[in-house]
Amino acid sequence: MSALGRVGAITAKEFKQLARDRVTFGMIVMIPLMQLILFGYAISTMVRHIPVALVDNSGSGAARVISEQVRVTQVVDIVSHYPTAAEAEAAIIAGTVRAALILPENLTQRAAGGEPVGQWLVDGSDTMVSSALLGLRTMPLHLEAGVPPGAYQASTPSFEVALFFNPERRSEVNIVPGLTAIILTMTLVLFTAVALVRERERGNLELLITTPIHPLELMVGKLVPYIFVGLVQVTIILGLGRLVFNVPFQGEILSLAAVTLPFIAASLALGLLFSTLAETQMQAMQMTFFILMPSILLSGFMFPFDAMPLPAQYIAEILPATHYMRLIRAVFLRGAHAAQLLPDILWLLGFTVVMLAIATKRFRKSLD
Amino acid sequence: MTELAIRAKHLCKHFGDVIAVDDVDLEIPAGEIYGFLGPNGSGKTTIIRMLCGLLTPTAGEVSVLGLDIPAQAETLRRNFGYMTQKFALYDDLTVQENMQFMSRIHGLSRAAARTRIEELLERYALTSMRSRFAGAMSGGQRQRLALAVATLHSPTLLFLDEPTSAVDPENRRDFWEKLFDLSDAGTTVLVSTHYMDEAERCHHLAILETGHLRNQGTPQELLGQLHDRVVEISGGDLRHVKREALRLPQVQSVAQQGLHLRVLLRRGTTDPISYLREHLPDSKLSLTCTPPSLEDVFVASTAAGDEQ
Repeated sequence: MSALGRVGAITAKEFKQLARDRVTFGMIVMIPLMQLILFGYAISTMVRHIPVALVDNSGSGAARVISEQVRVTQVVDIVSHYPTAAEAEAAIIAGTVRAALILPENLTQRAAGGEPVGQWLVDGSDTMVSSALLGLRTMPLHLEAGVPPGAYQASTPSFEVALFFNPERRSEVNIVPGLTAIILTMTLVLFTAVALVRERERGNLELLITTPIHPLELMVGKLVPYIFVGLVQVTIILGLGRLVFNVPFQGEILSLAAVTLPFIAASLALGLLFSTLAETQMQAMQMTFFILMPSILLSGFMFPFDAMPLPAQYIAEILPATHYMRLIRAVFLRGAHAAQLLPDILWLLGFTVVMLAIATKRFRKSLD
Repeated sequence: MTELAIRAKHLCKHFGDVIAVDDVDLEIPAGEIYGFLGPNGSGKTTIIRMLCGLLTPTAGEVSVLGLDIPAQAETLRRNFGYMTQKFALYDDLTVQENMQFMSRIHGLSRAAARTRIEELLERYALTSMRSRFAGAMSGGQRQRLALAVATLHSPTLLFLDEPTSAVDPENRRDFWEKLFDLSDAGTTVLVSTHYMDEAERCHHLAILETGHLRNQGTPQELLGQLHDRVVEISGGDLRHVKREALRLPQVQSVAQQGLHLRVLLRRGTTDPISYLREHLPDSKLSLTCTPPSLEDVFVASTAAGDEQ
């Protein structure tokens, strides 16, 4: 009976502490809500609305019919038109479209001859996206008068498909570079989120703020070592990815650095903001978790970004990991040059500045 | 009148509904060791934090070293050293690393820092443990390190918040020797404590209780206020005598100390011995007037309901 009493005492105490710890209490409610929304609503393994480009060299009515029929499948959205295949390829490398449909000049003759009427150039790095596009290969086409309907046999594919960057369709090709975004988010945000809180908990901060140090000096000084931590981690992940998993490195080191450093900075600045918000190291860790989960699920790491509904995409656009996911895949897998990727890079830099500014403003040299 | 290092007028600090410091006036002369004596929660730490600009006063004016605080706190930061109540240096850095770190934070040049650190290691007997981790040191050693770091940039003003709470009596004596050295060299030292023996060493004392300044002056002045007001009683049933004595209107407090009672009488009691004899009719009791201690001063200044 007294054992039961003691268990009861512990239980009652635990309930009291839980109810008073607002962050933990929030997690109890928020985690199921977040997971439910993310998995049930935002994430769909059925890929639709992939942004693609159209290169219409024929300018014929048949071309318009074909592109219309491709569009109504809803698998792709034709978001841009290019006059040449080379420009479309550049757009694929830069990541503005995932694929391009090339309709040749002799479109009508080809159609009449029962040959594939066009060619898809596909960024094959994401196997889910490339599978969806491969599904279009044999889609039935109904062309208008002038083309004998019998010309199309089920055995003849409607399109040719050229898979770039990952012709064997190995999933690790896409996962390894993406993993850098996840691992950096996980470690860097956590390290810095805890860094300042630890000094506060141990009492170091009370002494530091009585010195002439400026908050920004303190912040930047604390961040610099972790830039190297981030670079070491990127080197390990990508180096092993290449050696062990044979992920081809198409880009150049300089571009890799040019996209990675802004992301490291953004993650560190975010962690620093957390460390001005959190009162204990535990809280800092919980905040990191709230960023990490959507970073894994919404950034395009596990599920194609384009397949998500728009609200989920808007949320994902806030996360630094989403931008870095695009950048690192573009540079590493498609050999993109940093100059082609300016919008995402600038976004990361802007994010860093804003987070650092808020953190510095929040961190005042007083105990009020 | 000597120059004032710190002047505070009508200083108040509220935390929500809690009044931590209430209408405190302070005048702290330069070059002196000035003590804040008070129990936990009396507002010592809050006042120190307000004086060095870490907390914004709810009301009142503060001037430290001629600077208006908190407006000019940033300028003040170059001129004072601070020893927090809790050890605030890095446990996982060595003695020397901690000192080097703080000297760079204070903007000392490398050469200046090197000579200054050697000088302080020597002065605070830390030379032999320069490569010891701060976390692995004893309370007394850590406190010497904290003082060395607080004086790295040769400040003219030192705030020491209960510097000796984790230190044995012998180390405490040594520590006070160092404080007198600093004071001799012209440094103003503001130290908070709840130890009477420490308070006794200060040039000036302020007695604080629940955020109020109850009394201030030199230890001699404070002791002088209690001249002829402390009586020791021995013999007889002391527990019973204590109960009886506490009923008397002129008795402010009674404390048993071993085999005698220490009775503190209210101000204005003429001839306390005959007063007590008259009201405590027990012939076995022996009564003697005794010199007051600082503890008596503390009790006399702070006892609840006492209007003086």
